[in-house]
Amino acid sequence: MSKPSTPLHSGRALFLAAVLLPALVAAVVVSTGMGFIHVTPAEVVRVVAARLSGDRSLVAGLDQVIPYVIMDVRLPRILTAALVGGGLAVCGVVFQGILLNPLADPYTLGISSGAAFGASLALVLNITVLGHGAVPLCAFLGALATLAVVLSLSSFDGQMSANTLILSGVIVGAILAAGISFMKYLADEQVAMIIYWLMGSFASKSWTDVGLALAALAVGLLVAVYYGRDLNIMSLGGRSSDSLGVETARVRKILLITASLTAAVCVSVSGIIGFIGLIVPHWMRFLVGPDNRRLAVLSALAGALLLLVADTVTRAVLPAEVPIGVLTALIGGPFFCYIFRRRQRGMIHG
Amino acid sequence: MAEHFVLDRVSFAYGAKLAVDGVSLALSPGRFYGLVGPNGCGKSTLLDLLMANRVPASGTIRLNDRPLGDYGRRELARHLALVPQDFTINFAFTTLEVVLMGRHPYLPRFGAVSAADLAIAEAAMAAIGIESFRDRYVTELSGGEKQRVVVARALAQATPVLMLDEATSNLDIGHALGIFRVARARVEERGDTVIAVVHNLNLAAAFCDELIFMNQGRLAACGPTRETLTPETVQAVFGVASQVRQDAFSEALQVSFRYGS
Repeated sequence: MSKPSTPLHSGRALFLAAVLLPALVAAVVVSTGMGFIHVTPAEVVRVVAARLSGDRSLVAGLDQVIPYVIMDVRLPRILTAALVGGGLAVCGVVFQGILLNPLADPYTLGISSGAAFGASLALVLNITVLGHGAVPLCAFLGALATLAVVLSLSSFDGQMSANTLILSGVIVGAILAAGISFMKYLADEQVAMIIYWLMGSFASKSWTDVGLALAALAVGLLVAVYYGRDLNIMSLGGRSSDSLGVETARVRKILLITASLTAAVCVSVSGIIGFIGLIVPHWMRFLVGPDNRRLAVLSALAGALLLLVADTVTRAVLPAEVPIGVLTALIGGPFFCYIFRRRQRGMIHG
Repeated sequence: MAEHFVLDRVSFAYGAKLAVDGVSLALSPGRFYGLVGPNGCGKSTLLDLLMANRVPASGTIRLNDRPLGDYGRRELARHLALVPQDFTINFAFTTLEVVLMGRHPYLPRFGAVSAADLAIAEAAMAAIGIESFRDRYVTELSGGEKQRVVVARALAQATPVLMLDEATSNLDIGHALGIFRVARARVEERGDTVIAVVHNLNLAAAFCDELIFMNQGRLAACGPTRETLTPETVQAVFGVASQVRQDAFSEALQVSFRYGS
């Protein structure tokens, strides 16, 4: 019985990174060209290079509208989708690692319900103080408030157990879901907007969104990699990790809060997009093993690629735009079932 | 290094229930201690206090003349290793990966595992006799195999103090003896201290230099095995009639019980 050993796992991780990174760059370039106005990849590269270098001769001979479409319409949307996908996947790695639960995802602690509640409230009350920023801001504040409540509900004596965290998240999430339903019931013409927001969308994203998502992903990924080895050891249980020199309680709190903030920013930017944070970590763990440092980096790449492809499908391939949250669940769900089945069979025969 | 613990009137309670009640104790280096007593008498809690996993409600614990609370987690992990009673391994790490986690207290944050670390991990696996499942996933091992992996991980930690919390409870007699022999060898060869929670009094009698009897959170008896392991102590602590005699075959003190009522 020969099993893949550690060197093989890390070799496979390098190989996968070497495939995913160029694939992601290629996907960004190709998808930027796709849409109502078709642009070739070479032209995309020329436009971006011209903008970065300030050398206008690079775009000589191109339609005036093309640089505008690429730089102000498509790229912000495409990059936001990729960054949010990466962010959600990294959060999924952290949550599954801390909660020791294969069903955990970035929304397990109720972040999504909190954000949805905040966004719905902003839409129903028609808060327009900050213009376009009002809904994302309220979503973010809702997520933060929910996180605070869930963490305080589940801490006792400075300890937080995985089960109480999950339970608190479920309870708070259920209360908020009822609140959202009630708001939908009360709302008139805003109902459509609430539903639209809940299903997630990358339409009309700006460079501000790109910046926010980039910051969220960078912080989440850095912290996940920095504490990756601690997280590995923590998966052996708190008593073991304490005795191996890991400050379990502190590391758990830091990771939970960072991952939740990352998820909160992602949700505020894009609405609720499911499945990326659940399946990508599983899929990567299946390919490269459970080391969380490798897992975080590869999941970020794979999550970015997956959400970018899904968003491109709904934006430029399908005849009408399908909400991205629906699409990821429709593609991700069956795919997850497939992996799950294969793994079950593999375990029985292996 | 001479590692010694001094406990002074240490108490700990879970809510209102006193689990460890005014324990004073001095543990010297180079000794094999057996911690014995009935279920729920506070043995595991005492071990947790020694590991600084829990903080005493009152009293003090000093390790090498320094309060235990002054040690950082990482530093402590270079002094003390624990084989816990209950352990979870939820993710498909390989045996080698889990044993290498024992080197964590020595690794710099972003440093890779060195050849020396790998050699120590391999030696620990060889000592426990688990080289053959080096590359197998721990999630696919049996309960007893997993337990041996966790013991190897604690050995790889290479600490002067090793604590075993019923480390052999899932193991057959052959593997249980194997682990006790490895622990005994660390005491003899390296002058390490072993503190083991043991349920099997005959194993304790054969391997331990000293026995610490606990009952209802208090010390019932404490001292060299030959002096403490008596029918009177066994009766007082476990409420069971017994006979203690030197056994010719095992060359150790052995306890026999009357099985009828």
